[in-house]
Amino acid sequence: MAHTTHGIGGLTYDPAKKARPPELNVFVALVLIVVAFEAIGRLFLGESFLFNTRDNVDAIFNWPRLNIIILQVSIVGIIAVGVTQVILTGGIDLSSGSVVGATAMIAMSFAQTALVNGNPNPKAIFGDWAMDLPVIVPVLVGLGCGLAAGLVNGVFIAYTRIPPFIATLGMMVFARGLSRWWSNGNPISFPTEGYAAIGKGMMPVLIFVLLAVLFHLILTYTVYGKHTYAIGSNEDAARMSGIKVNRHKVLVYSIAGMLAAIAAVVLSSKNLTAQAGMGVMYELDAIAMAVIGGISLKGGRGSILGTVLGALIFGVIISGFTFVKLDAYYQEMVKGVIIVGAVVLDQWRQRRSSERT
Amino acid sequence: MSELRLHDMGDIVLETRDLTKHYGGVHALEGANFILRKGEHVAIMGDNGAGKSTFVRQITAVEQRTRGEVVFDGRAVHFAGPLEAREAGIETVFQNLALADDLDVPSNLFLGREKVLFNLGPFSILDRKAMREATMRGLEKTGVKIPNILNTIRNMSGGQRQCVAIARTAAFHSKLTIMDEPTAALGVQETAQVENIIRTLKKQGEPLILISHNMRQVFDLMDRIVVFRRGRICANLNVAETNPEDVVAYITGAKTGAEYADVA
Repeated sequence: MAHTTHGIGGLTYDPAKKARPPELNVFVALVLIVVAFEAIGRLFLGESFLFNTRDNVDAIFNWPRLNIIILQVSIVGIIAVGVTQVILTGGIDLSSGSVVGATAMIAMSFAQTALVNGNPNPKAIFGDWAMDLPVIVPVLVGLGCGLAAGLVNGVFIAYTRIPPFIATLGMMVFARGLSRWWSNGNPISFPTEGYAAIGKGMMPVLIFVLLAVLFHLILTYTVYGKHTYAIGSNEDAARMSGIKVNRHKVLVYSIAGMLAAIAAVVLSSKNLTAQAGMGVMYELDAIAMAVIGGISLKGGRGSILGTVLGALIFGVIISGFTFVKLDAYYQEMVKGVIIVGAVVLDQWRQRRSSERT
Repeated sequence: MSELRLHDMGDIVLETRDLTKHYGGVHALEGANFILRKGEHVAIMGDNGAGKSTFVRQITAVEQRTRGEVVFDGRAVHFAGPLEAREAGIETVFQNLALADDLDVPSNLFLGREKVLFNLGPFSILDRKAMREATMRGLEKTGVKIPNILNTIRNMSGGQRQCVAIARTAAFHSKLTIMDEPTAALGVQETAQVENIIRTLKKQGEPLILISHNMRQVFDLMDRIVVFRRGRICANLNVAETNPEDVVAYITGAKTGAEYADVA
């Protein structure tokens, strides 16, 4: 007789037979990709991808590269944390990139300094009243923008029953228009020191990791998480069980909007400027990270941990292509292939799991 | 033919008076008067589209009735939704299993009414241990056999899924269980397992309404049969005093109960 840790009524249950968590597969993929780049580096370039090979630096790993890998995905990663939750409910959010653009423009307008090198701020949007405000003001304004966008998305999806694809596509176009209209297409620059500190150095990574851990815990240990998975798994069952599905969807899209807003604040702070074109295609990168990380586009399956691993795979591939000196244009093309490939993989996984039952 | 005494409220668990549901011009349910007594197991039979499921949906408030009264547990009720009905003690096993495939057994049992450690609104912390233990107790009470309750529903057989759906009743001390064709999609062994659960509920004195097309099952397990035809109740029969041929005659419209002659 095998272990019967949870067995009832004489039926045995072998814990060893429990399906491997999908995150493990993603992690294995991450390791394989790293090993592949390491091998290419050693064999053809005479360099190491991950390990330090310079004698004048005392370190085992090539820390600058590791930092870049995670830094370059952390801002889109913050968006992906929200997009993951939306996809878990069986929805999709195409608006997050544009919401980043609009939020960056609006938040930055409240984060400007009055004087730049002793001269009046040449990029000033508002009058003196909006200059040198405490950092909390632009942050709250930004969160408000994201919340508003998410609320509109959620209310349309939940109460008018239009498909999430259409609702968030509309928001995507609208928010991009808003970000161009806000300053007639001009960039908004010269933030206060306080605002600039938000995205300085490795701060984006810290914020990404904190938010990822926070939402991983929320999805695992709270009623919110349980209902998010339940709705994506079987919306009718969720409704019949008395879950307020519409209200929950509004909440999920609002949280996704606010996470996009946080990404916007971090990004504009890091770049010390906001531009109307900020965040273009971020929504697709975020969706790709989630899908690579094992989040099922049908909803109900996956975790934030998977998305974080997906984001790391994304970062490793981009850094890896730079490392093997692949042209930037190729990188874009390969990214396209990866996105489609991840969705094909998701379809395949779904078919396989439905055949098993 | 047994005559119903409509005004003896002493041991009545559920009573509907003139319960009616119209979908636009379609009269799916018309003037249903129904009584269920304590510990009684009643079958609802009828052809497809006869109004059986519509009748149940009005009681469980999945839909809002057009007209009529529902008296449950001694008081007139008007549930706003299925959760209110469940909280009042009416537990339903739906025809299309109301289970979330990607969640485990305790999560499904407690879906929509999770036990929490700290109440923080939507972000309340789940009491996973308490839910696990309550699940085990509920499953043991019904005699349901599920190897691993932490497995997701997706990885379970049809019978196990149905048992999980039924185990909800036991886990929540419901006052009334309603099952809508619980064995329609099950194999022989799995059907037997579900029927055993129904027998267990009978022994424990739990009242039950069973929608079924399975004549043998109904005659084996139930006390009384209420037949629906074209949205109306057309017969109310004691299992001991009738036979399958008779019931078929009522279902197809060859016969109509004496007290329902006006509806035919």
